[in-house]
Amino acid sequence: MYFLRRIAFAIPLLLVISALAFALVHLAPGGPFDRERKPASPEIERNLRAKYHLDEPVWKQYGRYLGDLLHGDFGASMKYRNHSVSDIIAQGLPVSVLLGGLAFCFATAVGLPLGFFTAARRGRWPDYAGSLLAVLAVCIPSFVLAPALILVFAIKLGWLPVGLWSSPWHMILPPIALGSFFIGQVARILREGMLGAAQSEFVMAARAKGLGETTLLFKHVFRIALLPVVSYTGPMLADLLTGSFIVESIFQIPGIGVFLVNSTLNLDYPMIVGLSLLYALLLIGLNLAVDFAYTWLDPRVKYE
Amino acid sequence: MNDQSLHASPGRRAWLRFRRNRTVVLSSWYLMLLLAVILAWPILLKVAGGDFARLHDPDRISDAQFSGPSAQHWFGTDLHGRDLFSRILFGAQISLLIGVFGAGVSLVIGVLWGAIAGYVGGRVDGFLMRVVDILYSLPSIIFVIVLVTTLGELLKHSHLVEASPTAEGAVRIVMLFVGLGAISWLTMARIIRGQVLALRSRAFVEASRTLGAGTGRILFRHIIPNIFGVAITYTALTLPAIILYESFLSYLGLGVQPPMASWGTLMAEGVEQINPIRIYWWLIVFPGGVLVATLLALNFLGDGLRDAWDVKSK
Amino acid sequence: MACFLGCSRHEPPADLTIINFVEPESLDPAIITAQADMRIVSGLFEGLTRLEPVAARAVPGLAERWEISPDGKTYTFHLRTNLQWSTGGPITADDVVYSWLRELDPATASDYAGQLYYLKNGEDFNTGKITNASLVGVHALDKFTVRAELIHPTLFFLDICAMPLTCVVPRQTIEKYGDQWLNARPLPVSGAYELAAWRLNDKVRLKKNPRYWDAANTQSEIIDILPVGTPNTALSLYERGQVDIVWDKELIPTELTDVLLKRPDFHTFTYLGTYFFRFNVTRKPFDDPRVRRALALAVDKERIVKKITRSGELTTSHLVPPGTANYAAPDGLGYNPELARQLLAQAGFPGGKGFPRFEYLFNAGAGGANLNENIAIELQQMWRDELGIEMEIRQVETQVFWGMQQRLEYALSKSSWIGDYNDANTFLGMFLSGDGNNQTGWSNSRYDELVHDANETTDPAAREKMFQQAETILIRDELPVVPLYIYVGINYFNTNRISGIWQNMLDDHPLRCIRKIKPRP
Repeated sequence: MYFLRRIAFAIPLLLVISALAFALVHLAPGGPFDRERKPASPEIERNLRAKYHLDEPVWKQYGRYLGDLLHGDFGASMKYRNHSVSDIIAQGLPVSVLLGGLAFCFATAVGLPLGFFTAARRGRWPDYAGSLLAVLAVCIPSFVLAPALILVFAIKLGWLPVGLWSSPWHMILPPIALGSFFIGQVARILREGMLGAAQSEFVMAARAKGLGETTLLFKHVFRIALLPVVSYTGPMLADLLTGSFIVESIFQIPGIGVFLVNSTLNLDYPMIVGLSLLYALLLIGLNLAVDFAYTWLDPRVKYE
Repeated sequence: MNDQSLHASPGRRAWLRFRRNRTVVLSSWYLMLLLAVILAWPILLKVAGGDFARLHDPDRISDAQFSGPSAQHWFGTDLHGRDLFSRILFGAQISLLIGVFGAGVSLVIGVLWGAIAGYVGGRVDGFLMRVVDILYSLPSIIFVIVLVTTLGELLKHSHLVEASPTAEGAVRIVMLFVGLGAISWLTMARIIRGQVLALRSRAFVEASRTLGAGTGRILFRHIIPNIFGVAITYTALTLPAIILYESFLSYLGLGVQPPMASWGTLMAEGVEQINPIRIYWWLIVFPGGVLVATLLALNFLGDGLRDAWDVKSK
Repeated sequence: MACFLGCSRHEPPADLTIINFVEPESLDPAIITAQADMRIVSGLFEGLTRLEPVAARAVPGLAERWEISPDGKTYTFHLRTNLQWSTGGPITADDVVYSWLRELDPATASDYAGQLYYLKNGEDFNTGKITNASLVGVHALDKFTVRAELIHPTLFFLDICAMPLTCVVPRQTIEKYGDQWLNARPLPVSGAYELAAWRLNDKVRLKKNPRYWDAANTQSEIIDILPVGTPNTALSLYERGQVDIVWDKELIPTELTDVLLKRPDFHTFTYLGTYFFRFNVTRKPFDDPRVRRALALAVDKERIVKKITRSGELTTSHLVPPGTANYAAPDGLGYNPELARQLLAQAGFPGGKGFPRFEYLFNAGAGGANLNENIAIELQQMWRDELGIEMEIRQVETQVFWGMQQRLEYALSKSSWIGDYNDANTFLGMFLSGDGNNQTGWSNSRYDELVHDANETTDPAAREKMFQQAETILIRDELPVVPLYIYVGINYFNTNRISGIWQNMLDDHPLRCIRKIKPRP
């Protein structure tokens, strides 16, 4: 079956990605152990490098990494030497997932009605206003929106906490900051989808049959227009998960987004490769789920 | 709609539709104005000379730190007492440069990749699209960071470029738009491939092939001119995305390095100043306003282009 | 989704919440290098001595008393007899010896092992020249007595005995778990607090260790330590009452210091750290001391301190901060642009003509603060205006920066140094020929001689004199480095609510002494 084939294909794909990530980070100049204070003797530095096998050729290190991987060992972070990569991911991933999930709910809860509304009132001023809002949402960087939200709601008004992630009150501003961009995307995709669907033969036929405008909108146009939104969901969720690093660092949230950037800057090799694999796995999985949902929603679509 | 448009070519029809869209017209005017000001400003400074030039020199530090908008500094000053208005305009050059060239890079790669995959088909298509799938699954941020730091170093060590900070700044900009372009072409490639697949089976292409035209000729004479519209549209939408991404990188300290400034670095500097005690609002509002307005205009332009070319979404 | 929301952790609130700076890289006393990490580790593990909170002087810790031989080279420590690990079991002299040898063991790859080179054969053991650990000058004479033999009298040795690198670590746990020993729960500790939780980028939670020998005096039950790297975020959290204390000089929003310094909850103090810049003396024209002196004389340090850093730092012409124990630093060069121009002309660049363009290298400051860049810009302007020379500034990422500085791939580079212990040697020892932290290419045999001789004598007065002579060579004659200002530390907390913190030169505030007086509403 199509889906089984794709799942089987994912494994060599992941392998290639791990090799790519591995090679890429070893290309960067410097290493994870460059420090402000030079160690007392060059022997110590040599010992450190030897301990982490950094003195071996890259392909050999990769082989070693793969071997460990087969045992489920993603290695220890080179920056946080007492933590293993899998521990760090296990701690941070649930937080990022929660943050991403809340942002997703927020984006769809606002984006879908917005898109629907602008499509339904097309050409009139609510459309212009709504579309403007949608495009605006896509143009404001999150690292501007987040501090602005903090400034207004946390500092000036004092209604919400400034940062951290320890109670439901902490979980209001960050998803808003993260999800705003996607409100715009969702709204625009839905609007386009609905406009396109409204022109389709299927709908024209239904209209000719005498179906009322509202029923038409809700039952048919909207459902057809949902399809492109659903296929956008895959990349959207993935972006939410990784794009979270700015929101996480501004709000001091202990997710894995921050690690994505910092480990690259710190040249923490095992961490980078581990996170790349995680991301790839999530993306592949999400895309698969989305395609599956797609076939279920639209019976016309068939994959060979 | 007058009779003329009924007989006009698709290109002309698109242009007429384009012109009629009000937001698009507004956006175009804004962008042209922006461009004009950006180009004229340095000339103005050189011509005016004297105090005016010195006051508005974007690199000149002064003691007027953190002063709000005034008659002398229309947009206020920053930590070093540098004129913000001037810095925004000079920063615009860098940001737009990176955006345009980055979009250009993604255009070239995306079109070639997608066209070849769509036209040649078969194994080649499978392989090319697999590569796209793989690259899609890599978190782009890692790739960009590594690219920007690594290639810059390599280029320097190869002595192709002299080791001076100005050359270094130039290298950094090149790395940035190559890097950003390199992560933005994937969607373009997919879309182009779709278009080419549809075009491939059209009559005029078949005819060409029967007459014995080679692949290269067909690609360049028939396929590519017909995907022009789609390509331009998506390029116009890639531009703002690249400028936005560059501003993210600058926030992380990975964009252009001081003393050069881009909108991204100006935004990052402004955001840094948010604290519960004193708010230098002009440091965020002005660079942010210009950035958002430009991104808006570019987005409207892109949407307008898409509406103009694609009859269905009327 | 709802169950997720319900899953927010149910932990008792902490008695004290502190922002320490960024996430610690490790809590293993033998491998940490950052001062922020050391603050936490000092709460978990203890050494033979510990620092008292007021002036950060070394006082009895795990050892209750000691004798020092007349030649200053042999220390005999007597441990307390009632010492226990937090999980039970006695702490003995063997544990101390094990911990010190582990620090020196090349397999541990500790960056700070150099501090134990004062022990006999310490260096040779660490560099692998000898492999027999029993040759190293630290032995357990009996269950409660430790003898340390040094290569020369070291006046600050007791301070070293308080540093995390000499703290006592649990042998059995380390032998059982290897590198992951810090993940063992419960973790046996020798200090005032146990490790209740350690979640990366979230918090480190410390819980009072009832088996600590001085547990009766431990002030707080539960302390949460949060990793925050951005000054403005730290300030916002503090203002909103989400944290009680913020301490680390990197966490001061420099743009606001003029306002913040007027507040009673902002406490500033001069700190054992200096901000300076290095010359790469192997690169022309910086191999000429006249050029270096000229550049130094043309820097208006007051302006930098008043305009950029603005925390009331002391400008300085010498490297070792004032207030360093047993030492009054000599004066170096002041601000004299006229003399600078003359020197530059003498060196062959009158009016700056012919002076090659050069680069000032620096890294982006932590937490987005642009201090380094701002100072670089000022220097650029000053040298352009006063000397007519062109300098370009270049920022690189931090990891890349350290690598470049070590490999001497720069012309001028921003530098700073925080003292490891309260003695001039921690600053001056850096610039011995070939020292790993020298990183300027400078070498001066007279300087080396003076510093070595100073460390051989037991007479503090003679030592001070020799150090002064050495430092004069460093900062007045040769100038491989140009000191700019002495760091100012800032702690912020409300003195009406928090007790047990005193401002001292080392910015060291033992966690066990701090207490909240009444809970925040």
